[in-house]
Amino acid sequence: MMLQAAPNPLMKVENLVVEYSVGGKTIHAVSDVSLEIARGETLGLVGESGCGKSTLGRAVLQLRQAVSGKVLFDGHDLTTLKGEALRQMRRRVQLIFQDPIASLNPRRRIGDIVAEPLVIAGVKDPDERRRRVAEVLSAVGLDPTLVSGRLPHEFSGGQCQRICIARSLVLNPEFVICDEPVSALDVSIRAQILNLLEEMKARYGLTLLFIAHDLAVVKAVSDRVAVMYLGRLCEVGPSEQLFARPAHPYTALLIEAIPVPDPDVRPTQSVPVGEPPSPIAPPSGCRFRTRCPRADARCASEVPELRLVATGQFAACHHPLI
Amino acid sequence: MSSALLSVENAVVDLPTPRGNLRAVDHVDLAVGAGRTLGIVGESGCGKTMLSRAVLQLLPKKARLSGRVMFDGQDLTTLSAEKLRKLRGRSLAVVFQDPMTSLNPVLTIGTQLIETIQEHLELDLAEARQRSIELLAAVGIPAPEQRLAQYPHQLSGGMRQRVAIAVALSCEPKLLIADEPTTALDVTIQAQILDLLAREQQRRHMAMIIITHDLGVVAGRTDEVAVMYAGRVVERAPTPALFKQMRMPYTEALLAALPKLDVAPHTPLPAISGRPPDPTRPLKGCSFSPRCRYSAGRCAFEKPQLCSAETPEHLYACFHPIAARVGA
Ligand SMILES: Nc1ncnc2c1ncn2[C@@H]1O[C@H](COP(=O)(O)OP(=O)(O)OP(=O)(O)O)[C@@H](O)[C@H]1O
Ligand code: SF4
Ligand code: SF4
Ligand SMILES: [Mg+2]
Repeated sequence: MMLQAAPNPLMKVENLVVEYSVGGKTIHAVSDVSLEIARGETLGLVGESGCGKSTLGRAVLQLRQAVSGKVLFDGHDLTTLKGEALRQMRRRVQLIFQDPIASLNPRRRIGDIVAEPLVIAGVKDPDERRRRVAEVLSAVGLDPTLVSGRLPHEFSGGQCQRICIARSLVLNPEFVICDEPVSALDVSIRAQILNLLEEMKARYGLTLLFIAHDLAVVKAVSDRVAVMYLGRLCEVGPSEQLFARPAHPYTALLIEAIPVPDPDVRPTQSVPVGEPPSPIAPPSGCRFRTRCPRADARCASEVPELRLVATGQFAACHHPLI
Repeated sequence: MSSALLSVENAVVDLPTPRGNLRAVDHVDLAVGAGRTLGIVGESGCGKTMLSRAVLQLLPKKARLSGRVMFDGQDLTTLSAEKLRKLRGRSLAVVFQDPMTSLNPVLTIGTQLIETIQEHLELDLAEARQRSIELLAAVGIPAPEQRLAQYPHQLSGGMRQRVAIAVALSCEPKLLIADEPTTALDVTIQAQILDLLAREQQRRHMAMIIITHDLGVVAGRTDEVAVMYAGRVVERAPTPALFKQMRMPYTEALLAALPKLDVAPHTPLPAISGRPPDPTRPLKGCSFSPRCRYSAGRCAFEKPQLCSAETPEHLYACFHPIAARVGA
């Protein structure tokens, strides 16, 4: 595999395939995806709704079983670990969801919600738990004495996301998957939470997989970015480079479609019509070919492999833009 | 602007809640002329949807509206329910964030289009059907004839929004209100729908109001922008003037807080601290004062009024507006 991010990546996904079966039909949610994430790195994962981003994140965490492929965390294949060994490994990997309010139990107090992972992990000493909870709540900008006894509904969306972040950090994880952590938040709150995630990453030495559909949000926090379309990876590369010189036509389309808050930049009208096809019957060859302006016969018959197009940048396309 | 197709004058919307009165819209004045596009920008809860519902006269039952909503020469607040219903399908149309709000799940696309057209225009079935096909083609739906027999759930989100737009356009409305029309859609689809709205607006010389939380959506596609915060319009200007020189600190902060593609990764974002005030506990002074870095003196106890300074079209409500850039 050429996708080497670093000699010793913390997370390595190899040829991962995840499918759902609905009404006798198979949804090809994640098809043959390989990725590496170096220690201390943030890898951004972007793509449109339904392209398989969350499924990939859940499969990495073993919340969804893969059909095939490996998920190597610090050298251990999580897909083959069971019982206590898996639980030990899972402590080191945490998840933050898109909908902060829905992911908090409405009947439990904040202090208990944040302490829950400690309880599950078997930390018996209540003082130790209280100390950890107070520490992470302070770290995310909440006053432990003021918030611990309150219920989730007393907090705004942004504050609930802070609480979720605190909960995900309480076990001192090494790797955190953030699945659209700011999509449900207002613009003015979004920036606060993105800054907070960056601070937490530095403070606790985290490695992040940051999932979002908003390219600008992803770029703000990511060292490298992976672009996904209909279950497959299209392109991976260093953030700045990828946005400055996309190689895959789909990456270029995504960049072009972003509304720019500048009236002098007239919206281009060149975005091709058309929508992503169904993941039940994805197109043969390159899955993007039904919307791609460069598609030809080869694109229909041959699946493009990810290959090097520039330093550190890989694209799965027969006719890349660079 | 007395020549405006729509003018909202001193609109106030109050909603009773268990926590007390909630002033959703607080003394708002707005106007849109024929063939013009107005963007209303604001975060969730700032009152933009209530304002559009006030225009449409579709407020919740408990809500109280005062002020006038002048549309095409008549005050909508005084019209009968029957007259309003006629007006809404015909000259005043709306597209919602969730297309299923305006589409009926148990009727085919064709039935919905044809019924709407026949209800408001004097066309026979064959003519109404022909017109439906033309409309679906105009909004970019492939194989429009076949689509007439399909139900909304058989279409993707983007296609459904196109159908909802086709229904809204079917009677050649004079004003189209689009409330977060693309928020639920993916970026590539969003761009297509915004292009479609812009094209139809120009072709039909229709007035349009786009309501959004995204400054990027209004930048390239509106003539004028009104920024709302805590129920009020806090800044209003022709779009180019607004983006050239924002005067109200909230507008500036909102733009600054947006992650941008031309900024290097890991650059801290200039976030706005705190959050909007509780709408049932209105502040005495400027609603933005607890979060405003320019707040000083009377900001905390006096409400700044929306007024113009250098140019009559650029209005803002602020005691310490951001200084006009020299040479800007
Ligand atoms: N539990 C499930 N059962 C059946 N199909 C599912 C399930 N979860 C996801 N899918 C399907 O799998 C595909 C990938 O979905 P996934 O949620 O991973 O996408 P996503 O990229 O996270 O989308 P979004 O941006 O909307 O969150 C989609 O076609 C989706 O409809
Ligand atoms: S492989 Fe072909 S269809 Fe796919 S992105 Fe490249 S040019 Fe387009
Ligand atoms: S009036 Fe004062 S608090 Fe309000 S925006 Fe202007 S400077 Fe800020
Ligand atoms: Mg998802």
